[in-house]
Amino acid sequence: MKSTFTVFRFDPSLDSQPRYQEYTLEVEPTDKILDCLNRIRAEQDPTLAFRASCAHGICGSDALLINGRVALACQKLVKDFKTANNFVIEPLPLFRVLKDLIVDLDPFFEKHRQVKPFLINTGEAPETERRQTPDQQKTIDPALRCILCASCTASCPINRANPDYVGPAALLRAFRYIFDSRDSVTAERLAQIDSPDGVWGCKTMWWCTDVCPKGIPVTRCIGQIKRALKKS
Amino acid sequence: MEHDYDVVIVGAGLAGLRAAIEIGQEARVAVLTKVFATRSHSGAAQGGIGAALGNEEEDSWEWHMFDTVKGSDYLGDQDAIEIMARDAPRTLIELEHMGVPFNRTPEGKIAQRAFGGHTRNFGQAPIKRACYAADRTGRVILDTLWEKSLQAGIRFFHEFNLIDLIVVEGRCCGVVACELATGEVHVFHSKAVLLATGGAGKIYKTTSNAMASTGDGMALAYRAGAPLKDMEFVQFHPTGIYKLGILISEAARGEGGILRNKHGERFMERYAPTIKDLAPRDMVSRCILQEIRAGRGIDGKDYVHLDLTHLGEEVIEKKLMEITGFARTYVGVDARKEPIPVQPTCHYMMGGIAADVDGNVINDEKGAIFPGLYAAGECACVSVHGANRLGCNSLLDILVFGRRSGKQIRRFLESAPPPLKPPGLAAKTAGCIQDLIDRPGNVSYGSIQAEMAALMMDQVSVFRTEQSLQEALAGLRVLKQRYQGIHLTDKGKRFNREIFDVLELGYMLDLAEAITVGALFRKESRGAHSREDYPRRDDINFLVHTLLRFDAADGPRIFTKPVTITRFQPQERKY
Repeated sequence: MKSTFTVFRFDPSLDSQPRYQEYTLEVEPTDKILDCLNRIRAEQDPTLAFRASCAHGICGSDALLINGRVALACQKLVKDFKTANNFVIEPLPLFRVLKDLIVDLDPFFEKHRQVKPFLINTGEAPETERRQTPDQQKTIDPALRCILCASCTASCPINRANPDYVGPAALLRAFRYIFDSRDSVTAERLAQIDSPDGVWGCKTMWWCTDVCPKGIPVTRCIGQIKRALKKS
Repeated sequence: MEHDYDVVIVGAGLAGLRAAIEIGQEARVAVLTKVFATRSHSGAAQGGIGAALGNEEEDSWEWHMFDTVKGSDYLGDQDAIEIMARDAPRTLIELEHMGVPFNRTPEGKIAQRAFGGHTRNFGQAPIKRACYAADRTGRVILDTLWEKSLQAGIRFFHEFNLIDLIVVEGRCCGVVACELATGEVHVFHSKAVLLATGGAGKIYKTTSNAMASTGDGMALAYRAGAPLKDMEFVQFHPTGIYKLGILISEAARGEGGILRNKHGERFMERYAPTIKDLAPRDMVSRCILQEIRAGRGIDGKDYVHLDLTHLGEEVIEKKLMEITGFARTYVGVDARKEPIPVQPTCHYMMGGIAADVDGNVINDEKGAIFPGLYAAGECACVSVHGANRLGCNSLLDILVFGRRSGKQIRRFLESAPPPLKPPGLAAKTAGCIQDLIDRPGNVSYGSIQAEMAALMMDQVSVFRTEQSLQEALAGLRVLKQRYQGIHLTDKGKRFNREIFDVLELGYMLDLAEAITVGALFRKESRGAHSREDYPRRDDINFLVHTLLRFDAADGPRIFTKPVTITRFQPQERKY
């Protein structure tokens, strides 16, 4: 089947404005969108810039806007789209475009760093593992599926309006450590995001949950942080 | 641009990160990585990490060592394997303390499950030795180590591609890299360089490996004079999703999944009566292909079924969520209700840069070291995996030897001389890249890449013969010729991925040749190297490591090194 890919092209160092370029490919319904992009590069136009690596939804490199919706190019197949002969491929929204489909994720990772994304346990380490019940482990399990692809943050309407809002991905990381029974600075972690640009920036609009390619209930996790703060 | 560091680590997967954390603040460390750190391929590891913790049942490091030796088909160096098996429990406790969110036993200990080739009491029955975090074990360890390295203030250079090693008077004195975003050449002067660049699965058409797994570090070390070791041993994981090669973890069988042929028969019972579907990967891959050759593939095609339908929702939900997601997304299979179509997929390089147990790169058969150059992780061959790696030993390998490399580099820095700095390297490399961009020609990298991958898949995969290997070698040499006429379309500097595609293809062609030459040399069948014209293991002639030294003019030069045998004498390998 012939399929047309209308792809966002922009090199800010050369172009005054973005343009869209059309490529026509012979595709199979079971091809991943990433396969199609790889073939465009290998067979038609090696100048097209995009990120990708593992190609099966675990490294988090290739979140894009596919037909107007944020998704991983390696996790969507041609047949997943009703208009399978016509695709519009654009970079993730919110972030600055560096070239074509590649965006600057530095601000995204900067916010990730703000929530102190590492286990802090001020007690003495035992000789064996720190015990944790299966239920305690299960509490943080949803957040462990996160692959830092930035889909949620790119889709969040609050992030678009308020660049200082820490955003759903960083809050999910905060959740992962706040509710880890082994962490000993829960109160500090909660206090750090108890602000309008922190967890209260979230207005429960569910876009993050809606687009998450790993099916993480992001909004619900953020809600758990809010409830923990209210309780304290 | 020129940079000065004490240590440059190339690669931000688990080996590189673990070494960086070990060296920590005691030295100036730069980590170069061609993808953002958390995109590293260590994150794709699913099933677990092996350690004789004994949390689920009695276990001992000796059993783990024996299984690894036997799994390696007696080609692994037993001193190195002993170090790894003994250090495994400590490694796991360390990971847990760092914050890795392992699944738990009811008592709150790290949970463990069965994995291929891991047994109780020297081969009696499968044992639960693989520590896991659902089926995303690599990913959560990668996240944890990356976040630890942020805490430690490690300096990362993201999307920097390794272009060359700086070798002066036989010493490694840094690296030359090129920044994807700008096309700018950066010269990193350092006293020590650790290569932790991972594998090279992209040499093969069907692979579980990431697009970044192109063997850059292996090839550049090889070209710089360091020998490659045991390259003919390429692991094909038995259960890649049909046609796609996406990995379905061995944990699926560890949790009770069963391989079935078109008659619904559990065929592994015939081949490995004691541990059945949990036989090592080399065996299971061969068995699947034998079933297919005998016409017992599903619908007569080249795949078999992996059946998880009897495991129940809870096991799938808690322990195998990612892989059942892959089956649903990519082949529309609901693994709770129907079997997953699978076939072997290129997964792991047992071979690599010859290195010792402290990460020192080894230069010759006598064990002389390459000063300043270190290697750890999949790009290195220590060798703990010998002719066939057991599942859940790779995460262990890269963490144990990543840490040891870091320690060794710290010791080296105490007395290391400052690096020699050849002038004009940045300009010279930039000139070479410009020449590549300007080169006339009419061949695109895409066509050569596709032909190489198909050739290696057809001729140098699970089963090999003199004829298939000779054809592959001839084909590779034609492709190398054509490579000289490669032409770049992208003339820009910013995010010019084509430059690296072309360079990586050159690396892979060299490595593909090394794999093939090693496979031709080894006239026996051992582990993952299965010669149909030499179907038996030959300990008299081939209980040795194959070493290859790069020679651009005449092709790789072969020499050998004895295998270190300490506790376990070679025996027939039956399961």
